[in-house]
Amino acid sequence: MGESRRRPFTYVLRCAVVGYLLLLVVWPLVLVVTHAFEGGAGTVLGLFAEPGTLAALRLTALAAVLATAINLVFGVAISLVLVRVQFPGKRILSALVDLPLAVSPVVVGLALMLVYSGRTGWFGPTLESWGLTVIFSTPGIVMATAFVSLPLVVREVVPVLHEIGTEQEQAAASLGASGTQTFWRITLPSIKWAVVYGVVLTLARSLGEFGAVKVVSGNVLGQTRTATLAVEEMYLNFDQQGAYAIAFLLASVSVLAILIVSVLRSRAERTERKATP
Amino acid sequence: MSIEISAVTKYFGDFRALDAVDLSIPTGKITALLGPSGGGKTTLLRIIAGLERPDAGRVVIEGTDATGLPVQQRNVGFVFQHYAAFKHLTVAKNVAFGLEIRKRPADEVRRRVDELLELVHLGQFAHRLPSQLSGGQRQRMALARALAIEPTVLLLDEPFGALDAKVRKELRDWLRRLHDEVHVTTVFVTHDQEEALEVADEIVVISEGRVEQVGTPDELYDAPANDFVMSFLGPVTRLGGVLVRPHDVEISLVPVLDGAEGTVARVQRIGFAERVTVLTDDGEDVVVEMTRTSARTLGIGVGQTVWLSAAAGAPSARAGVSA
Repeated sequence: MGESRRRPFTYVLRCAVVGYLLLLVVWPLVLVVTHAFEGGAGTVLGLFAEPGTLAALRLTALAAVLATAINLVFGVAISLVLVRVQFPGKRILSALVDLPLAVSPVVVGLALMLVYSGRTGWFGPTLESWGLTVIFSTPGIVMATAFVSLPLVVREVVPVLHEIGTEQEQAAASLGASGTQTFWRITLPSIKWAVVYGVVLTLARSLGEFGAVKVVSGNVLGQTRTATLAVEEMYLNFDQQGAYAIAFLLASVSVLAILIVSVLRSRAERTERKATP
Repeated sequence: MSIEISAVTKYFGDFRALDAVDLSIPTGKITALLGPSGGGKTTLLRIIAGLERPDAGRVVIEGTDATGLPVQQRNVGFVFQHYAAFKHLTVAKNVAFGLEIRKRPADEVRRRVDELLELVHLGQFAHRLPSQLSGGQRQRMALARALAIEPTVLLLDEPFGALDAKVRKELRDWLRRLHDEVHVTTVFVTHDQEEALEVADEIVVISEGRVEQVGTPDELYDAPANDFVMSFLGPVTRLGGVLVRPHDVEISLVPVLDGAEGTVARVQRIGFAERVTVLTDDGEDVVVEMTRTSARTLGIGVGQTVWLSAAAGAPSARAGVSA
């Protein structure tokens, strides 16, 4: 009886899930691709030859790589502190790390303005007097991007650090290894894959950042306009072809990143399973 | 004396793990820290290693005050219960770790690693990863890794605790033989009295953060300082208010001088032995163990009236001291 009743139900559930994903994710993405290539591949290549578009792509790549590098270093450091060090207020710090996931990027942008704005910000004028412009400039874009993608490395690394425990590190110390030697030789190789996943996810997220960057960048063509801002600008100016072409490029990089992660993950799992007797 | 521990006290929050422990551990011998779980023996071992800091007291290793020294500078070999193998390194690289940290020349490292792997019978596994080894092999690897740095003392925390009974027994014999070859001062923690009695030259019984007794296996077994040590080292039963070993109780079918009269309540077969439970007229349940042959010769049966006495020279806890 359970069998005959469950079958139609699983069937309906499966259809609902597949339909949902099709309507929400797959179909729109496919349309982006077809729209991008509406005028043929030549037109798309022509667009990427335009200096404004190239500058936007270059800026996005630069901001994404810098933000990822920053979050790689700080993400691993924060993870080590969260897992290995006991101190009061640790749970608050842990919650703080998750904040960028919950707060709207526009709010992040506005908050950064309050602190770093060259004229009215709390710290901005001081930096300006030292010759460092943050807002409406590349540093602001990098900061906004780093802020929104902060949790991704931490959330990948923390569970793995918990899992590996401290015994290997203690063993290394008893064999004479200093803290730094233990980190490079024992801890880092053990969390290697988690760091790789975190970095790829951070990169994908950083490439697509829009809201926070829109507020802090100033959106000046050829100077502070990133790829996502260029997409919006083109779309609003009825250059749909251009908008879809850049959108396609951004989406492809993200899909590629996710693919790399899933391949690495399944390979890591397979070697782990093979190794366990 | 190789390791001198004086007045070492350690708290974890409100819990007193060690209470002013004084102890001397002899050079070149195997010493067992024996006691129930949570008694403080692992904490003491970790304090000797420098993995834990005492709240008070001093640790002196081979004449050097090591109390403030970090673990890196103590030159101790430490073996963990769950091996703590470096999972991403091969067996050879695991063993070489301490030597590479010490920046020894590559050919010396290679020679030493080969020697050690032969010593622990892992020669043909040099290029495997720890995950491709059995538990017993992993623990032998961990031992080779600890011995590689030529430690002043070798410390083992429940080294065989995670292994199955058969492998545990093999490794025990093997550790004993290994020690006869390398003679490094060795301290190991165990809650298994059989393991301690079999492997150690000297046993330190630790319970509730205090040292109950220190002595050779024979001293502890034959002259336990108190009821706790007596009952921890083997099965006991109470006869006339005194703890004795069940196999040291003699049964007689005729009245004996100072014998306790009682009735056989139960006869159980335990492998090659027979366990007889006797309810004495004083209201004690006394357990007696004897071979099946002697039980048959005597003709022991449920309901019989018997007289019990402790065998002459049988060890019992020293009077007046009790845990």
